[in-house]
Amino acid sequence: MSVDSKTVKKIASLARIHMDDAEVEALVPELNNILGWVEQLGEVDVSGVEPMTAVIPNKLRLRDDVINADPLTGGGVRDKVLANAPVAEHGFFGVPKVIE
Amino acid sequence: MTNITDLGVKAIRDGVREGTFSAREVTEAFNANVAAGKQLNAFLVETPEHALAAADAADKARAAGEELAPMAGVPIGMKDLFCTEGVATTAASHILEGFTPQYESTVSANLWKAGAGMLGKLNMDQFAMGSSNETSAFGNVISPWRRNDGGNTDLAPGGSSGGSASAVSGRLCPAATGTDTGGSIRQPAAFVGISGIKPTYGRCSRWGVVAFASSLDQAGPMAHDVTDCAIMLQAMAGFDPKDATSLDLPVPDWESALSSDLKGKRVGIPKEYRIDGTPAEINELWDKGAEWLKDAGAEIVEISLPHTKYALPAYYIIAPAEASSNLARYDGVRYGTRELPDGAGLQDMYAATRAEGFGPEVKRRIMIGTYVLSAGFYDAYYTQAQKVRTLIARDFEAAWEHCDVILAPTAPSAAFGLGEKADDPLAMYLNDVFAVPASLAGLPAMSVPGGLDGQGLPLGLQIVGKALDEQSVLNAGLAIEQRAGFTARPDKWW
Repeated sequence: MSVDSKTVKKIASLARIHMDDAEVEALVPELNNILGWVEQLGEVDVSGVEPMTAVIPNKLRLRDDVINADPLTGGGVRDKVLANAPVAEHGFFGVPKVIE
Repeated sequence: MTNITDLGVKAIRDGVREGTFSAREVTEAFNANVAAGKQLNAFLVETPEHALAAADAADKARAAGEELAPMAGVPIGMKDLFCTEGVATTAASHILEGFTPQYESTVSANLWKAGAGMLGKLNMDQFAMGSSNETSAFGNVISPWRRNDGGNTDLAPGGSSGGSASAVSGRLCPAATGTDTGGSIRQPAAFVGISGIKPTYGRCSRWGVVAFASSLDQAGPMAHDVTDCAIMLQAMAGFDPKDATSLDLPVPDWESALSSDLKGKRVGIPKEYRIDGTPAEINELWDKGAEWLKDAGAEIVEISLPHTKYALPAYYIIAPAEASSNLARYDGVRYGTRELPDGAGLQDMYAATRAEGFGPEVKRRIMIGTYVLSAGFYDAYYTQAQKVRTLIARDFEAAWEHCDVILAPTAPSAAFGLGEKADDPLAMYLNDVFAVPASLAGLPAMSVPGGLDGQGLPLGLQIVGKALDEQSVLNAGLAIEQRAGFTARPDKWW
């Protein structure tokens, strides 16, 4: 499978990265080169093989179902959450208008 | 007395305990080297006061007759992938410029608890994506090493932990943290003649570490020798309920159990790692490494890891796929930079922010990852790669029937010149060929210096071990270290 500039534009749009035509044109051969190389994986017989989900067997834990079980990952730290926002207003993240 | 900045973790820890020197003396000496080492561009942020505060705490504790913490008085460098409370953290990307974490990563918090202090935040490949430290948004890191041809070519310190590598080998810090997703501790350690270990996936918490590829990312130490790595890894590792993949296991006392007596141990030499184009010097060093381990009492056996050639292409699907998902968070809303063109709506703001904030290699990987995860291609690329990953892990499982550790080169070349590989992404990816299989299988792996090539540049040997068996990896590393007699160091030109 190979990509053309139309596909690269679509991927850029899915990835939310603005690209001008020159950038798209430069990426087409680069991505094709890399995708062509990874395609050798198709040679491998994987019949009956499960995709890897965890490298080290590990059971997912559940924490206690209480508020602020760990204060560091709990709530009540609004100001810290907002401290690095480019725009924060009235205790919220500020974004451009999304509803006309 | 030897120059204090020539000392490593153990020597500093013991010297402070014994009162040979004060922790403040040590830290002032390293702070001075950091200040004088700006040409290497290894540090993004210098934090001399953080290091001095930890040193003073160590000196005070000693004066009060208290027992000193395991790394009391040892100043270290912190890769800029670790969030450090109140200290700017950018992962060497413009998109995180202005970000000051409100919390401390678990690994860095563990180190401070162990008494270490921070000399500063270390430069790296942007979001840890790169093998030469040339993708940093804040300039290349330069290796302290020079070729012996009398030229002044600036060499790559390796990547992505290039700042860590350069700073440790240039004696700007006695040790530093690194992170390894597909070789980012081991390859730079090899390029600059130091040691570095990536532990078993899950040993070190990923909480507060800027994410690249979460199923692969693992933190570890980079230091002058194996013992220093053991001490520092002990301080970094440990169960953390805040990381769902953290292993709930006690941290072994690796330092106390260090032994270079390898009697009864079998060392596997994977035949598939003999690949065309590897310089003869690297294969010769590999043979020598096997001889050294044999001399230490080990039995050398040939093993087969049949899917080795597929590890790198599988990695370059899995890692970008995870990266494209992880890096979706950089949207100009919650942290970092925001680009808001006139009249732009929310979607335009996302696209403009990400276009402006991410460097070319990061964009390339996000694009690959987005493509392989997109509708219609997911199974052909991503699922296939994860199945191949299972086969690679099985290769290692089968190999452990015949051996206890595996010996291989760390990288297929010595350090290259800055710019020499920059225009071909694929050629750069191939530098991780020996490092990536252990990453995909989550296994502990370490690089130790083995010797110099004809140009006077360091070459590393890599040891891979069974899951959770860091001890055997460290012990084999120690056996090589004792026999390689690697004492070369770069001349100070900066």
